[in-house]
Amino acid sequence: MSGFARARVAFTVLAAQLQDRPERLLVTIGAIALGIALSVSVTLVNASAADEFGRASRALTGSADLVIDGGRGGFDEALYPSVARRPEVTVASPVLETELALAAGGTLMVLGVDPFLAGRLEPAIYGDLASHFTGLLGARAIVLSAAAATTLNVGRGGTLRVRLGREERLLEVIDVLPSSAYPRPLGVMDLGSAQWTLLRLGRLSRLELRLAPGVDPARFGASLALPAGALIARGTDLEGRGASLRRAYYANLDMLALVALLTGGFLVFATQALSTLRRRAQFALLRALGVTRAEVTLAVVLEGALVGLAGGILGTALGWVIAREALARFGGDLGAGYAAGPGTPLAAPATTLVAFVALGVLVSALSSWLPARRVAALAPARALKGGDPEFALATSSGGRRGAGLLIAGGAIAFAPPLGGLPLAGYLSIALLLFGAVLLVPSFARLVLAHLPTRVGPIGRLALAQLQGTVAESAVSLAAIVVSFSLMVSMAIMVHSFRDSFERWLGGVLPADVYLRVAPGSDTVLLSDADGRDIAAIPGVERAELRRVLPVLLAPDRPAVALIARRLDAVSVDRLPLLERASATPADLPAVYVSEAVHDLYRVGIGSRLTLPVGGQGRAVVVAGIWRDYARSSGTILIEQGTYRAWSHDVASTDAALWLKSGASAALVGAELTRRLKLGASLELIETSDLKARSLTAFDRAFTITYLLEAIAVAIGLAGVGFAFASTALARRAEFGVLRHLGCSARQLKRLLAGEGALVGALGALYGLLVGGLLSLVLVYVVNRQSFHWSLDFVVPVGQLLLVALALVLAAATTARLAARGVLGTSAVRAAREDW
Amino acid sequence: MTAVLSVRGLTRRFTPDRPPVLEGLSFALQAGEYVAIMGESGVGKSTLLNLIAGLDRPEEGSIELDGRELTRLDDDALTLERRRSMGFVFQAFHVLPYLSVARNVALPLELLGWPAAEREARVNAMLAEVGLADSAARLPRELSGGELQRVAIARALAHRPRLLLADEPTGNLDPGTAAQVLRLLKTQVAAQGGAGILITHSRAAAATADRAFMLDGHSLTPLAVAG
Ligand SMILES: Nc1ncnc2c1ncn2[C@@H]1O[C@H](COP(=O)(O)OP(=O)(O)O)[C@@H](O)[C@H]1O
Ligand SMILES: [Mg+2]
Repeated sequence: MSGFARARVAFTVLAAQLQDRPERLLVTIGAIALGIALSVSVTLVNASAADEFGRASRALTGSADLVIDGGRGGFDEALYPSVARRPEVTVASPVLETELALAAGGTLMVLGVDPFLAGRLEPAIYGDLASHFTGLLGARAIVLSAAAATTLNVGRGGTLRVRLGREERLLEVIDVLPSSAYPRPLGVMDLGSAQWTLLRLGRLSRLELRLAPGVDPARFGASLALPAGALIARGTDLEGRGASLRRAYYANLDMLALVALLTGGFLVFATQALSTLRRRAQFALLRALGVTRAEVTLAVVLEGALVGLAGGILGTALGWVIAREALARFGGDLGAGYAAGPGTPLAAPATTLVAFVALGVLVSALSSWLPARRVAALAPARALKGGDPEFALATSSGGRRGAGLLIAGGAIAFAPPLGGLPLAGYLSIALLLFGAVLLVPSFARLVLAHLPTRVGPIGRLALAQLQGTVAESAVSLAAIVVSFSLMVSMAIMVHSFRDSFERWLGGVLPADVYLRVAPGSDTVLLSDADGRDIAAIPGVERAELRRVLPVLLAPDRPAVALIARRLDAVSVDRLPLLERASATPADLPAVYVSEAVHDLYRVGIGSRLTLPVGGQGRAVVVAGIWRDYARSSGTILIEQGTYRAWSHDVASTDAALWLKSGASAALVGAELTRRLKLGASLELIETSDLKARSLTAFDRAFTITYLLEAIAVAIGLAGVGFAFASTALARRAEFGVLRHLGCSARQLKRLLAGEGALVGALGALYGLLVGGLLSLVLVYVVNRQSFHWSLDFVVPVGQLLLVALALVLAAATTARLAARGVLGTSAVRAAREDW
Repeated sequence: MTAVLSVRGLTRRFTPDRPPVLEGLSFALQAGEYVAIMGESGVGKSTLLNLIAGLDRPEEGSIELDGRELTRLDDDALTLERRRSMGFVFQAFHVLPYLSVARNVALPLELLGWPAAEREARVNAMLAEVGLADSAARLPRELSGGELQRVAIARALAHRPRLLLADEPTGNLDPGTAAQVLRLLKTQVAAQGGAGILITHSRAAAATADRAFMLDGHSLTPLAVAG
């Protein structure tokens, strides 16, 4: 008979036990399913948001070999014929991209294209347009994407009211694209009409090129003489631009996915490990009956894999449902306000789903294998007597390995980002966490040895029991430590962020009222005359106008916000500066860059930078680095006078207003509306409102974080309950003896609650320490590399202590409840059975 | 007569700072012999059985089963010896609570790869021998202590082992039931053609064996209790 056949016999024996106690099997499968579901749902939400983003940008420029990109500022259309004439170019499609202000408020991205040329490059979007050729020639004709038609509530034949400066115009919607053409809101016009109607005569945003076969895009790109502000990009660069912006937004969710994966994986581990440990007498019997060590191990692993398969399938299905519901209700950013709203379609590739089922099988099999190896190696003579195997966590080599992982995790935290992602930071967190888990027994022994022993007989008993079973308690302790420390680290990061953000808001908003016009739009701007009107309003003490415009500094990165504003000594002093030049070189204009510019473009104090302004590259020098929580892709401040001299652009996008003391903001607002005639495009907000609104948005963005953290901790507690329930069964005889010796049932309950509280307290204490360590990585590595801004490290001491206390109470209650079934008379009888 | 089991110079020491539990112990067991080993609690009776069964390893000495030296075998080979040549009866029965009586008895045969039909015949025969023919489908929780130990005896002997090892098999039973079980054990060891070692601390139990010895850690002293 083959070893495998014997392992199968052993397996059927184990399986029979599971059938005999189906509730235990269900708990194990349920725990695995919960862990997997948590990871699956977060991952799918993330992937769906990424997928929608990717599809949108791929649809726009994905099949161009090369793009000459002028960003939002664009370049002169004279470039077009000179490039199109080159023999290497088969198709050159000129595009004007405009953020069009809508009369009802908000903006719409409108592309001006040549329908024939564009249709040859991106037939998926523009293929249908050729049939509207004549219709599209109308100066006010526009075709909308299905998403735009839905959000703007207009259909074919309807009209769209838009704002150009102080005037409103009507565009005619001549058709709506099928929803398969493009997933997000978009308008398409004829290039000439767009340039004419949207007041962008002679300008292009980009040229999309198809090259002749055999032409090397890089070499061809290098051969072109381009105006300042235009960059050579690959079609895929433009996708990467969106992705890098989105990636930062989702760093938080990525972290949560990691939390979910680790907590879920650890729950699987704890349940399987305990279920294996609990049945060691059965394994020993099988050994006595002549099943080899390898065969017992194989049987256990097989069982673990099957249980993992069931849990994996169930969990993946559950996670899929949760993700679909979350996307339908909250959208791809779960309501944080970064991405398009509700209704992001669920992207659930079969490979991802299969991978998660496989993960369930793998983690579960592995979690059975580690303790099974110990149990099988244990002298069967001892196991038959119910002796304790040295559990993997509790060995001295485990301690050494734990210390090694901690050191490795700490060292890796210093590695630079990989492909713009804080992967090393995440790896560091995982290593630190696993190292900390391996050190749980050492920590427990250390603390337990130093606890006061004058605590009454029941207290001493609880202490002795824990000291005697560090190996088993280590598993439930580790379950708490993993979930609680992750929660602590997230809480510290979010608190640090919120605290820094709040102080920053106080500093960067010195004025009383802020005014913006159609934020992000290219078609509504404030003129100097508007500025004078504003300043003339009674009640306005002073108005300061600013121009914000996006400039492209690298082909594969999102545009940096160039802000032209007054930068005298006083206003520079008010900036949240982190570093400042002692003396700026007098020969070049000074700029103040945000941390993101410093990180992404590797510039520091004194670095020279070339900015594309007014069609030319202009040299500037970095005189300071400041903190900007408003934009993670970078901000550059430049003196307004310098900018105007270079660009001859005297328009502004927003204004800060200081009011006379006693002036009513509401009255000033009404007067502004009347004088500026900008309709819904005028946005006014008082500083106090702006602060409150920003903080509310902040809190909403992190609601999902708190929710998932709570779930993670609940799962950790479930692990504790499970551990106590299973050891309580094994301890029936012990309880029986205690009853024989004169312990009351109430005392036994106190004993269990005491043990639970002790485990909870140990977990909370250790979790606080480990969480503090992880939060350093989160704040200084993950946050910095994702968002490119720094945080002040602030620990919410009171909040953490409160949660720790709740954890201790919950652990005590859980432990007591878990054991209630074995404290009655059956325990008294149990004593006679085996001793 | 050839020795089924031959133990020479066996030494087992658990802690370096205490004298060994067994030291230089030698004895032999002939085919078909059924002996009782008595001794005070903690003297090393179970330790001796564990060593013979290959569930534990001696520091010194040799153990030969049918002329095969066991102490030099690796764990897998020892496991094979147990599977083929030994049967066990424990004080705490260790009947798997979630398997039927028949499946418990069939377990060693399954592990040896017996075909289902032969297995079933053998299990039924064994259950009949121990008086549990009607209980094949019952679960252990419906059985009394004496019945459980009879299941364990049937399981221990189902594969006709050369050597049966019973460690205080009646320690958990009342005297009446114990006497029944002991009688059954003796007749079954003889009926299945093996040799047996019965560990006990009861003189009455020891008296059911062919010969009885007292273990004192170094030697086995014959006792005049057998009848
Ligand atoms: N695995 C072990 N580790 C340490 N000491 C042991 C172990 N097994 C047995 N002993 C000790 O060896 C001695 C003999 O035990 P045992 O053979 O079980 O006695 P008994 O004769 O009662 O069956 C006892 O003192 C016991 O404490
Ligand atoms: Mg004993």
